[in-house]
Amino acid sequence: MSNATMTRRPSQFTKNKLPKWSIWAVLVGALILGAAVSSLFGFSPVSMAVFAAIFFVVGGTATAGAVEGSRKAKDRFATYLVYGAFIIAVLPLLSVIWTVLERGMPGMTSDFLFRSMNGLTGAIDNQTVAEGTPVLGGAYHAILGTLQITLWATIISVPVGLLAAIYLVEYSTGGPLSRAITFFVDVMTGIPSIVAGLFAAALFGLIFGPGTRTGFVAAAALSVLMIPVVVRSTEEMLKIVPNELREAAFALGVRKWRTITKVVIPTAISGIASGVTLAIARVIGETAPILVTAGFARGINLDVFSGWMSTLPTYIYYQIITPTSPTSTDPSTQRAWAAALILIILVMLLNLAARLIARMFAPKTSR
Amino acid sequence: MSKRIDVKDLNVYYGKFLAVEDVNVTIEARSVTAFIGPSGCGKSTFLRTLNRMHEVIPGGRVEGEVLLDGDDLYDDAVDPVHVRSQIGMVFQRPNPFPTMSIRDNVLAGVKLNSKRISKSDADALVEKSLRGANLWNEVKDRLARPGSGLSGGQQQRLCIARAIAVSPEVILMDEPCSALDPISTLAIEDLINELKNDYTVAIVTHNMQQAARVSDKTAFFNIAATGKPGKLIEFGDTSDIFNRPKEKSTEDYVSGRFG
Amino acid sequence: MSTKTVSPNTLRRQGDSGQSGDKIFSTASLLAGCLILAVLFCVAVFLLVQAFPTFVADPAEISGGSGFFSYIWPIVIGTVIAATIALVLATPVGIGVALFISHYAPRRLAQGFGYLIDLLAAIPSVVYGAWGYAVLAPQLALAYEWLANNLGWIPIFEGPASNTGRTILTASIVLAVMVLPIITSLSREIFLQTPKLHEEASLALGATRWEMIKMSVLPFARPGIISAAMLGLGRALGETMAVALVLSGGALNASLIQTGNQTIAAEIALNFPEAFGLRLSELIAAGLVLFVITLAVNVVARWIISRHKEFSGAN
Repeated sequence: MSNATMTRRPSQFTKNKLPKWSIWAVLVGALILGAAVSSLFGFSPVSMAVFAAIFFVVGGTATAGAVEGSRKAKDRFATYLVYGAFIIAVLPLLSVIWTVLERGMPGMTSDFLFRSMNGLTGAIDNQTVAEGTPVLGGAYHAILGTLQITLWATIISVPVGLLAAIYLVEYSTGGPLSRAITFFVDVMTGIPSIVAGLFAAALFGLIFGPGTRTGFVAAAALSVLMIPVVVRSTEEMLKIVPNELREAAFALGVRKWRTITKVVIPTAISGIASGVTLAIARVIGETAPILVTAGFARGINLDVFSGWMSTLPTYIYYQIITPTSPTSTDPSTQRAWAAALILIILVMLLNLAARLIARMFAPKTSR
Repeated sequence: MSKRIDVKDLNVYYGKFLAVEDVNVTIEARSVTAFIGPSGCGKSTFLRTLNRMHEVIPGGRVEGEVLLDGDDLYDDAVDPVHVRSQIGMVFQRPNPFPTMSIRDNVLAGVKLNSKRISKSDADALVEKSLRGANLWNEVKDRLARPGSGLSGGQQQRLCIARAIAVSPEVILMDEPCSALDPISTLAIEDLINELKNDYTVAIVTHNMQQAARVSDKTAFFNIAATGKPGKLIEFGDTSDIFNRPKEKSTEDYVSGRFG
Repeated sequence: MSTKTVSPNTLRRQGDSGQSGDKIFSTASLLAGCLILAVLFCVAVFLLVQAFPTFVADPAEISGGSGFFSYIWPIVIGTVIAATIALVLATPVGIGVALFISHYAPRRLAQGFGYLIDLLAAIPSVVYGAWGYAVLAPQLALAYEWLANNLGWIPIFEGPASNTGRTILTASIVLAVMVLPIITSLSREIFLQTPKLHEEASLALGATRWEMIKMSVLPFARPGIISAAMLGLGRALGETMAVALVLSGGALNASLIQTGNQTIAAEIALNFPEAFGLRLSELIAAGLVLFVITLAVNVVARWIISRHKEFSGAN
């Protein structure tokens, strides 16, 4: 205590207020109590953290209640819960990323990246485990499949989504048709991905005979999921293009379609591109629609119009559900996590790219 | 270049709502005609009907005739796009295309219509238009820079340069100085005085002094009450409108009693 | 006589090529819009056509041997249970996270935290499934054993607990993690739209931060939160891979910590690759049921949003 505070009359505003250090005192107390209670059940860091958190929330609220009154205590309690909610939300994220990194890294060999599963049998995996040699077989075919199917889905979805958004923003006059499209686009964003897959399977099954499974059917299924995302993001971006620019072009005697293609779209292109990138990121990780439309391949297939095809997500799924060697599953598990790592890296890169595109190519509309 | 506009019995609608009623007016070639009046009296709406920009707004339509040297703009067989390339427009707020350089902004009317133009012709057109807008000396060293980097007044003159680059017969200006500071406003007013040597100019303004300074003819619009259509109250030489108005409401307005 | 009868109107179109461009472009964009409606319509029609054999088949031929209804009923219940638990877990946390980002976190960090939560949405579902299967389930197996021993008298915690942890509760927890970002991002947008004046008015009356949130933010955001939860429910109902990988499925079972139960989406994913003939139509019929359920949930959610038009830009 310094002299200044001793001689000065205590401020009315700090009366009945807990000092700053009290929260740390409560935290230390909670940690000690948490460790003690946890050791009653056989100590583990997880249970200690859980008990310490409970003691911290209760203790913090109780001390606030005793010194500062019940309103302050409620405020504290709410604050702890809100911070707690955030921590709870971040934990699985960290856990997933950590798990994928930890278990995926050992499998990231050039063999894995540039070889397919062609000719790899359970016997080879058994031998690998028995002799402790590096895991053979890779996901090259699945990487190629993912890229092809996603590319085709993009080729189908972007023109349709872009044009539909242009119709909604530039041409429609708010009539029943445009309201119906807006509403059903929203509804479509909620279609379960497996239903989209079934739809594509049913459609191509009717046309080319039941059991038609190719990369293109999968791309069609993904388009059903991708189109609404593209429409929504493009629509938002076109809406924020100032009307003045359209009028300026019209007043120069420029036709509407040229105004749209040469003024409106270039102005909004960064937002549109970023939205499309996010849409790609969304569908590249889809598993269920691929399962029911593209089947599963062990080798490289470069023709989306015939033959079964694997993608990274289905590769992961099958490596876990039906390991190549039913008796020694470790090589399959390792391949699955390595594929998961590649998939996560792809998705994160796409997300990052979307943010960079949005930031770097934003039009300079500031006045 | 420059043609006259005759407006005959024009009614302007937004959907069912009659916004401007029964306008008869003549805008002489190579002159400046000002439209003045209180807010909401329909003067901007009327201006937009002169190059068919009104119908860009959903529900916008007109009845009556607008004749450009005797040709009706609203004839069924007339393509509005063709009308707009002959009657240019400058808007309230400067609106250069943000994705284009200064040079491309000037050439926008040509390039956006995918007309082929040689580089030397383009250079000549850019210089001529920017000189015409009194902007050449200020921007000649940075033609490749974005148009949005200019000051508000420069941007507005860039928009005027863009409008005259498509060599229109008439230039319409919708309160071109309302977003500008006094010095930029002066520059635009000087420019309007020069433009009338080559073009027919119609300008909507809130500022009565501006109308008095730049225009040869003035039209006063008024509105009886909100929800009622705007009307052309009086039209004549600017000096007559400001000094010897025939109508009581014109006199009240120009002397600052309302509006 | 006016001049136009004498001389031809010089403004008339003279075979301008650009005009056909206008026509083509506007027609194309109209067609694209209609295509979307057509696709949605086709989804319903094709599923109906392909599912039709199931409805007319001899009940004994359907899996389970007693008709489509008794086949679909347990997995509909399983789907609803899994999605409901996920929603019950995710909604409070989602609202908390949204409040944290909109009102509690330091301003400069709030956007970064927002991105962090968005990353949760970016992780592919199969990765969540693998994580739930390999990491979460073994951890929870211990907790389930404790629950079975101590709270086993409650039907939902009846033992013996699954010793792999691959139960419907685990699947629901994974689903909760997956719908969390949906609920968070929608609620966050709405919290940020709360009129600043309302917030400042309550603060000026001496309210604490929590009282301000309770008085002005939450009442304003209620419809938005409801629709966010509904959209989350729609996602949870239709999510496939997390359940297919995590849940060791089986017959309907009241206990959440034993193996058993199944969801429609997982049932389809697990059986479709080997299915043919009537089994195929059966699964497509199951898909149709799922489609109808999620469609209904989404329509209601969108309807709530559209009643409060200011929220429409929220996703």
